[in-house]
Amino acid sequence: MISLGKYLIFLGGLFKKRERFQVYLEQFFEECIQIGVNSLFIVGIVAMFIGAVTCVQTAYNMVSPVIPNYIISTIVRDMTVLELAPTITCIVLSGKVGSHIAGQLGTMRVTEQIDALEVMGINASSYLVLPKLMAAVVMIPMLVVLAAFLSISGGYLAGTITGVINSHDFLYGIQYDFIPFNVPFALIKSVVFAFLISTISSFKGYYTRGGALEVGQASTQAVTNSCISVLLADYLLAQLLLN
Amino acid sequence: MIEINNIKKAFSGKEVLKGISGKFYQGKSNLIIGSSGTGKSVLLKNIVGLIQPDEGEILYDGRDFSKPAAIQEIRREIGMLFQGSALFDSMTVLENVMFPLKMFTKMSPQERAERAQYCLERVSLDKAGSLMPSEISGGMQKRVGIARAIVMNPKYLFCDEPNSGLDPQTAITIDELIQDITQEFNMTTVVVTHDMNSVMGIGDHIMYLCQGHKLWEGNKDNILDTDCKELQEFLFSSELIRKLKS
Repeated sequence: MISLGKYLIFLGGLFKKRERFQVYLEQFFEECIQIGVNSLFIVGIVAMFIGAVTCVQTAYNMVSPVIPNYIISTIVRDMTVLELAPTITCIVLSGKVGSHIAGQLGTMRVTEQIDALEVMGINASSYLVLPKLMAAVVMIPMLVVLAAFLSISGGYLAGTITGVINSHDFLYGIQYDFIPFNVPFALIKSVVFAFLISTISSFKGYYTRGGALEVGQASTQAVTNSCISVLLADYLLAQLLLN
Repeated sequence: MIEINNIKKAFSGKEVLKGISGKFYQGKSNLIIGSSGTGKSVLLKNIVGLIQPDEGEILYDGRDFSKPAAIQEIRREIGMLFQGSALFDSMTVLENVMFPLKMFTKMSPQERAERAQYCLERVSLDKAGSLMPSEISGGMQKRVGIARAIVMNPKYLFCDEPNSGLDPQTAITIDELIQDITQEFNMTTVVVTHDMNSVMGIGDHIMYLCQGHKLWEGNKDNILDTDCKELQEFLFSSELIRKLKS
């Protein structure tokens, strides 16, 4: 509870005594590269394989001749859009981006770089964290959209290459009984997850005390706490928005 | 001048500063000395506002540092050299020195670069501007730290263990630089140190701390004649001071 209170105070502090917009803009673009562009490869690989595996395993379980083949791609689509693309992508990003943010801020703390900013009269938390938060909220939903596209593409490739479903059935299935709300739902989830990953990791890094050992511990805690909060938020959002 | 009155600070119930009062004078190198763990750095962090004291007041030329209206104004007049230099490792040396100008002035990039280059020349690092902090030595990092601290023409300069981790010759260079800058810009400089070379070299005004108390105040000329037993023990643990005294 104390940590939660400290986290909320930390969040409040991000928006107090902000610097000039221009200062954040430069930082924002740098963070977009760090969080978004540098994560393209891992997100792409994970999404492709998850889509492929989902397609093959769904086909493996569809043994009844009553169920049409195109249902395989319908399941791949719904699983991808509703769950796999936003949640698995953000779990992966909790590890990659979360540990990077916590490690960077933790190192800045233990080497007195954050103290140097504070002595200058700069709101260090706002200066360092706000651009990361903004970049995460912009870039992570884009990565989720890309992951959804690549996951369905992975499913298509795996399905057609292995012969479990033909191209026509797959394309028919991904359009069949489509619920448009699933797309904004996935985007809402990705924005919430982006907020949680960037702020929890920043919080853990910002309040690191000690040396190299504690920086490592802060990174580990950032990843663990981000993953748990993403899963918890996933459940709560599903309850709130799908019922 | 900086004046501190009855500064107290405790961590988890353990009192680290037990009511310290004193003055730090303009145009002089004011040293806070004492053994490790006596609260020197904690006192310095209280003075610059990195830690809030539990009790007491800090006055910068009569302005109360606890008043929100004065804090921002005073912070812009402070330059600080940290123990580990605290250079931003994602920036070059020149960008580090330009950073406060970029944040707080409306100077053009050209003007910022010229001012930063002047400060680097002042610390004899005019050719190091394009290097990253990881590419320069510890002594050079300290000098870059000094250049960054003075780039805004501060009225108050704080140095936390400026000689730690440096060889004696580089340490003397840093001390002389701090002394020269203090006199040139007529700053109020506060240096935390336990280096006896610094004490005897630049100690215009010295405050001795022991177990969270201020036990002695004076200067380098009268420190060897002190009656304070704890200070004598501290001083004569140094080979240099033993030789000087004999």
